[in-house]
Amino acid sequence: MSTTSTTTTRCIDLRGWALPLALLVLWWALTAAGWVNTKLIVPPGNVLHVAATTLSDAAFWQSALSSVTRDVSGFGVGALGGVALGSLLGASRWADRLIGPSFHTLRQISLFAWLPLLSTWLGYGELAKLVFISLSTLYPVALGAFEGVRGVTREHVEVAMVYRFTRVQLLFRLILPAAAPQIATGLTLGLVYAWVATIGAEFLLANWGNGLGNIIIKGRSAFNVELIIVGMLAIGLVGTLLNRVAARLEAHALRWQGRRA
Amino acid sequence: MAHAGTLDIKNLSKQYRVNDVPLPVLDGISLSIRPGEFVSIVGTSGCGKSTLLRLIIGLEGDYKGEILLDGQHIVGTSLDRGIVFQEHRLFPWLNVEQNIAVGVLNAPGSDASKKKSVQEHIALVGLKGFETAYPHQLSGGMSQRVAIARALVNRPEVLLLDEPFGALDAMTRGHLQQELERIWRTEGITAILVTHDVEEAVYLGDRVVVMQPRPGRIRRIVDVPLARPRHRGVAAFAAIKDDVMGEFGAAPRPTLSDR
Repeated sequence: MSTTSTTTTRCIDLRGWALPLALLVLWWALTAAGWVNTKLIVPPGNVLHVAATTLSDAAFWQSALSSVTRDVSGFGVGALGGVALGSLLGASRWADRLIGPSFHTLRQISLFAWLPLLSTWLGYGELAKLVFISLSTLYPVALGAFEGVRGVTREHVEVAMVYRFTRVQLLFRLILPAAAPQIATGLTLGLVYAWVATIGAEFLLANWGNGLGNIIIKGRSAFNVELIIVGMLAIGLVGTLLNRVAARLEAHALRWQGRRA
Repeated sequence: MAHAGTLDIKNLSKQYRVNDVPLPVLDGISLSIRPGEFVSIVGTSGCGKSTLLRLIIGLEGDYKGEILLDGQHIVGTSLDRGIVFQEHRLFPWLNVEQNIAVGVLNAPGSDASKKKSVQEHIALVGLKGFETAYPHQLSGGMSQRVAIARALVNRPEVLLLDEPFGALDAMTRGHLQQELERIWRTEGITAILVTHDVEEAVYLGDRVVVMQPRPGRIRRIVDVPLARPRHRGVAAFAAIKDDVMGEFGAAPRPTLSDR
């Protein structure tokens, strides 16, 4: 949400670079001076070198694409389910009484605690990963939609009644647009959760499949710290990119709110 | 041109239940409104004037007595009856044009004729050039103009106004009262205005219905036989205003002759 304001500022604020650059310099100095075990804390130059070879390998791009596809598919399913579930709970007191308590209790179970059960049922394949990512997305999106739908005002519902809205019109012309800001917040959060879950799934439901998470696993099993770091950086960069795109889309969809402070 | 409706309210009573104790809000209201007439309803807060309007629009039910529009009992809300609330109640995600189009969403007629009606009403309320503006970009007065256009765009038979200018500053309010008078004459519609502003009631109404609280009843109906457009500065206007004010137990303002 706050990223929308930073992307619209005309001058790029360089202060955000200060900390990473300082760490980079420290890292370089420590390894160059030989004060640390360079097998564990590898020199930045080596990482750069591994990064260059990794990036020139088509397999890396294949992995990145796999991870992003997995992320987007799981996110899509979870987001749709989350909006539907959250809207239902928010709109119907009856549904909230019936499903709400179970939902809020299940929410307390850490997502990663689902993995043993999921792998027992579904194995280590793509389906288990997708279900896990969807589930991770579902919670924040459902909560956002719930809050948003709950926030639809009595006053606006009366307007809909005066103009004889049908149930479908009520949903698509009042409830969902009115809930859009909170749904967007849920989706933004869901996207972050989905990406965390994507890498988590590649890690903990590891098989021969490919993905950015698998690169790290490969690095670890080969004791290739450089590769681990390259994998981590790639994960961070892709995640940031996904969030940037989402923030742009959100700002466009919610432009009716005007510029928020 | 819209067909102006005749509204008949016969012995209307309404009560709420507060902690299982019945609380009468309206008691024995009878009022007959001619087609094209402008009736103002004034009263202190708690006299049930807003409840009366909500019953006529159909947002509240469960009353005793009869509410008839052109001889037919009203049932729920209907596109025959339009309303402007105190708050503009626009949808913030729709622009001016789209907000007004909400009024014709379920009205009969072709898309082309609806589009035309929307354009005409944008012009009627003086918002040409603001079609694509969003509510957050509009002032309170402009938002209320959009709300008026939305209420009128499907050409209802009766327009109900629930303290529509109550939240506006005095300058804007005066201007919009003038505008409303012009719009009402252009559309030839039956209008009922609920307000606590006696001057507004006299300025706009053919008749002013004075209500008294606990339970809400009609205390008196004052005719306003002044030519339109009216001038607030003339003695006849002040006399009627004082007459209405007198019903609230307020002493008439000293007139020039008293000095």
